[in-house]
Amino acid sequence: MRWKFFARRLAMLLASLLVASFVIFAATYLAPGNPIAALSGGRSLPPSSVRILEQRYHLNAPFLAQYWYWLDNALHGNLGISITLRENVSTLIASRIWTTAGLVLYSSVLILVLGIGIGLVAGLRPGSLDTSTVVVTAISAAIPAFVAAIVLILLFAVKLGWFPAIGNGTGFVDNVRHLTLPAFALAVSSLAIVARVTRASVREEGEREHVQTAVSRGIPSRQLIRRHVLRNASIPIMTVAGITIASLIAVAAVVETAFGLNGLGAYLVQAAQSKDLAVVQGISLLLVTAFVIVNLLVDMLYAVLDPRVSLGSRAT
Amino acid sequence: MSTGIPTAIDAPRFRALTSVRATGLIGIVSAAVVAAATFVAVFGPLLAPYDPNLPNLSLAWIGPTGGHLLGFDVQGRDVLSRLLVGAQTSMLGPLVVVLVSMISGVLFAVVAAWRRGTADAVISSGLDILFAFPGILLAVLATAVFGAGLLAAAIALSLAYMPYVARVLRGAAFRERSQPYVAALEVQGASATSICLRHLIPNMLPLIVAQATILFGYAMVDLAAISFLGLGVQPPRADWGVMISENQTGIVQGYPLPALAAGVCIVAVVIAVNVLGERLFERAQAARG
Repeated sequence: MRWKFFARRLAMLLASLLVASFVIFAATYLAPGNPIAALSGGRSLPPSSVRILEQRYHLNAPFLAQYWYWLDNALHGNLGISITLRENVSTLIASRIWTTAGLVLYSSVLILVLGIGIGLVAGLRPGSLDTSTVVVTAISAAIPAFVAAIVLILLFAVKLGWFPAIGNGTGFVDNVRHLTLPAFALAVSSLAIVARVTRASVREEGEREHVQTAVSRGIPSRQLIRRHVLRNASIPIMTVAGITIASLIAVAAVVETAFGLNGLGAYLVQAAQSKDLAVVQGISLLLVTAFVIVNLLVDMLYAVLDPRVSLGSRAT
Repeated sequence: MSTGIPTAIDAPRFRALTSVRATGLIGIVSAAVVAAATFVAVFGPLLAPYDPNLPNLSLAWIGPTGGHLLGFDVQGRDVLSRLLVGAQTSMLGPLVVVLVSMISGVLFAVVAAWRRGTADAVISSGLDILFAFPGILLAVLATAVFGAGLLAAAIALSLAYMPYVARVLRGAAFRERSQPYVAALEVQGASATSICLRHLIPNMLPLIVAQATILFGYAMVDLAAISFLGLGVQPPRADWGVMISENQTGIVQGYPLPALAAGVCIVAVVIAVNVLGERLFERAQAARG
């Protein structure tokens, strides 16, 4: 039963990726302008070079065949050549991927540790601390990453001087120091949402009958929280955390741009502005793949965590 | 306050719709913020005391002075005037996104619930597959292909949001579809279109309105992000997202006010919309009973 669910989910992942890759290819295929002009960067070429380019990129082949050649190349790690930097897109991506991966990972850790931590404290201890958490998280949940970025730069880079405002840094420790403000900017709204959901579900589970019964039987609170409250509360918490962490992959572009980080997202934005379509295709394909895989992992985690979930049915 | 006159339309769904006469201080403030932002979005150009696009580099980064309440921006333009005029694109963009994604989402949800069977399976799997695209990524792709601009970004975002809308409303449409009154109308020979348009969708309105309100906040954040990245509203046109990106240099140079003022506008509207949306959801749930 469980394997059937995983197989079905995996088939959907492949379908999603196929459709996504088709959309990415079709969109740039439909882009106004002549592909030869795009490849030559606008210079006029002698007919012989045009013919070589047409052959290399199969420009005279039917649309679906062109898609197939592109996809086949992409699967073999050949994503074409950037027209602005005249380098392999895969090489350009490889040199930037770790900035983005590090940023998203750092943010995810912040969201999980701080979001769940704050939510637990607020949920388990009603009172003024809880009330202020509710207010603060309601506000932080509405702060977009780029607004968080300018506020963090103003406070911690300009006023206090604790962290650098811009750039990647060199060496591991310096990298982490440079990624700290960006990671917080990226995490702020998701962190608040995860804290709110954690607080709400801990509160809800705590009021359930079996927990109240356990309280009246004098079960120590540590064991009570771990075995009866957290176990059930973890399902909505992990779902929300997973969804928000998946969304970081796209929002990273905004944070990287705001902090001048040399990552994939910022590069995607530059490529979109300069119409460097091979780069746009390559990075979009990579980010969509990452997004879909994280979503798949969340769904699988959900199925493992909650034995009540009916695996045959569609998730609603 | 109700007028005390009992009317036929005093049904739960109309109460849910008109409940923007919100209760409590937070509700009143939120409603006021949304009302003010809407008013400024419509009349901003008339309210602006100065030309929002008239640069004067000798005035750049000058702080608040008499007559210029929020001072001048990076190019020496009046910040308050730009905020007032910028409300237009900042509010209109999300409105377009909400309308397009809600209309298409409702359509798919209702068709899936009405036809059930194969049509539902096709629509639902199609929507699941569309989940592959995060909104911002699709918008960046669209602007790369069709050129930077608000319209391309807004349409791309609508497409990315639509599956979420349809997924939530599909459940509600199914519940409504199985109500006895639908079967009664079918027996009386009413056409599917008329039942859906006159009964089924109106009965889903509280949920639709709540969903649209929450979506407005998301759309506002994402569109402002696209404009911040330079792919949405194009400078020198005033827009809250554009203003943050234009004036970001001021943050490190010690003139944070212009960028912060635009940020505060975005955050205030998003918080207000979220508060109202959450309350509308609660009402919609309560009305369903």
